[in-house]
Amino acid sequence: MIDPAAPTETGGRPADPVPGAAGGGSGTVPPVLSLRGTSRVFSTPRGEVPAVSGVELDVRPGQVLCLVGESGCGKTTTARMAAGLAGPTGGKVLYRGADLRGLDKRARSGFRRSVQYIHQDPYASLNPVRTVQSTLTAGLHRHGSVKGGAQARRAAAALLERVDLVPAEDHLDKYPHQLSGGQRQRVAVARALAMEPEVVIADESTSMLDVSVRISLLNTLGALREDLGVGFLFITHDLAVAKYFAWDGEIAVMYLGRIVEQGPAPAIVNDPRHPYTRALVSAVCEPDPDLARTKERVRLRGADIPDPTDLPSGCDFHPRCPLYEQGRCDTERPPLVESGGRRSLACHVVNGAG
Amino acid sequence: MTHTFPASPPAGGPLLSVRGVDVGYRTGRRTQLTAVHDATFDLYPGQSMALVGESGCGKTTLGLGLLRLLPRTGTVSAGNILFRRKSGDVVDLRNLAEQDLRRFRWNEAAMVFQGAMNAFNPVLRVEEHFLDTFRAHEHRARRRRELLEHSAELLSMVRLEPARVLPSYPHELSGGMRQRALIALALALRPQLLILDEPTTALDVLTQRSVVEQLTELRERLRFAMVFITHDLGLAAELADRVGTMYAGRLVETGTTRDVFHRPRHPYTSALIGSVPPVTGDLTVPEPLTGGPPGIGALPPGCSFAPRCPRGIDECTTTRPELRILRARDEGLSHAAACLRADGAELSTEEATRD
Repeated sequence: MIDPAAPTETGGRPADPVPGAAGGGSGTVPPVLSLRGTSRVFSTPRGEVPAVSGVELDVRPGQVLCLVGESGCGKTTTARMAAGLAGPTGGKVLYRGADLRGLDKRARSGFRRSVQYIHQDPYASLNPVRTVQSTLTAGLHRHGSVKGGAQARRAAAALLERVDLVPAEDHLDKYPHQLSGGQRQRVAVARALAMEPEVVIADESTSMLDVSVRISLLNTLGALREDLGVGFLFITHDLAVAKYFAWDGEIAVMYLGRIVEQGPAPAIVNDPRHPYTRALVSAVCEPDPDLARTKERVRLRGADIPDPTDLPSGCDFHPRCPLYEQGRCDTERPPLVESGGRRSLACHVVNGAG
Repeated sequence: MTHTFPASPPAGGPLLSVRGVDVGYRTGRRTQLTAVHDATFDLYPGQSMALVGESGCGKTTLGLGLLRLLPRTGTVSAGNILFRRKSGDVVDLRNLAEQDLRRFRWNEAAMVFQGAMNAFNPVLRVEEHFLDTFRAHEHRARRRRELLEHSAELLSMVRLEPARVLPSYPHELSGGMRQRALIALALALRPQLLILDEPTTALDVLTQRSVVEQLTELRERLRFAMVFITHDLGLAAELADRVGTMYAGRLVETGTTRDVFHRPRHPYTSALIGSVPPVTGDLTVPEPLTGGPPGIGALPPGCSFAPRCPRGIDECTTTRPELRILRARDEGLSHAAACLRADGAELSTEEATRD
């Protein structure tokens, strides 16, 4: 299981749904990665697509920040900018307080090591002609962390043990096609760990796995946090996964490139306030036939996401929103404002009522 | 809206009776691997059954086998698939000649394949798919305009705008719209049975919700029976009247959805249910199933689940348990499990995961 007691924190799993001072976002530890007003616009033949707009996030060692939202809401683009794989077209990405664009070669190499990315698809992210050992040690050789074959093999074996692929000797000489999806994803995790990262960015890293395998991989990732103090920017569309993995951390909900609600995970999942978050929580199919039939469902006014090249006026969510108020929601974009309990929310109606 | 669907299917007896069905794949000139063993169940008109289990447990193979839609190397190698046709005759689909089979499919039983992205022909407009279907199955209405009207009616049933969707190419629709259009297309000839393979996998949660709602409404209205394959236990809980758990090619537990979810009697079902974290309520800590299902070519002796089972005893490694009825109910809804220890105290999900 995941123990929430990350090395940098004071206590165990918060029993209270709104953990006061102790918890994911405590400002005591300086962030490794920060996004400040970060935006990315893609130019397409059909027009400009603002994939991410003005996102503010901090990722700290040993803590989890979970980005949740539907496909196309900008989660992956945000993750890729945080990892330095794509440059922002507005705002900046900071590594230990320094803008990524201004890093010298040495600092950039440090950034490359300490921020690692685990991709969604373990079938595509491993080189099919490399053995597991070769995949795991390429980075070690590149950064001069190991000398000679024997040392590299020992290091690779230790990494496999770290991600519970045991006995390691059985797996070192295999090729990706000889591994199951769950095993491949563990190799991808081990590869990320080889660099002893401070932050791991996991982009839907469990969504392609069977339910049973998914939980055990989440537990492995949780153990890394606990034992090694790795921080996570964890991206998922599955609220159940977000709740499980980020229970003592934070969840940020994205819609059409903007964060619409953010706060401690238990608060977001158990007491969602933004109508979009409420819809997401209520739409989940629960593994309980009685609950499934009695659960309250939020009905949206529209099922489909608007065309990203032609976003609605005012609040992006207003054409689908059940709380829509004419004259305000369709003219003015609601800002993301703090609403107490370390939560923030971008909604005219809910913020106005509170 | 007016539509031309019958109020209810022919009464009495099961719609589909699957008896001892084995499905195998040819792997060489004389070698065959059996992917589904001894599948036996009854499906009554209007029932909805979920087949659940991890990847590689034979769910899709069984689903395809029922309509004999297997790839060329696959065959139903034993058993009977009895189907009560609209005419009232009962046929064994295994014996149906290819010609009759073509007439049978879509008219009486239709399939929605996995991956809405690939099920449409990308170079044909949606309307062509509907017209093709009607023409291939000799729909009585012959005029294009009439057929298009009928297609529009079908699309409206899944809340799609016919004027927008019919002239579109598949890539112009979102994943959810495509999936809904596929369901409408599958229902075009008012089949009595719909088989859906992972109908909501790869869809976003809100889109998934709209597909679930649509399917529920359609079932209430058209009363077709449904077999759907999923690894999402939440979907099974929501959409199924009954659940069949498959493991290593065998049905290891069947029963009503409430029986199976609230009182699972096979440790594999318990473990599957226990591995899904619910969203509502406090944090529960799911217990992962370790390892994976055995390869179909290398089944262990005795119970296939024994190597992963938290409750196994020595006998489990030598004796293969039969699917036995633990609680008899009518209309194929009996609760049955294939576990030597199923007679013991009922497993709760907590108990199974604590062991």
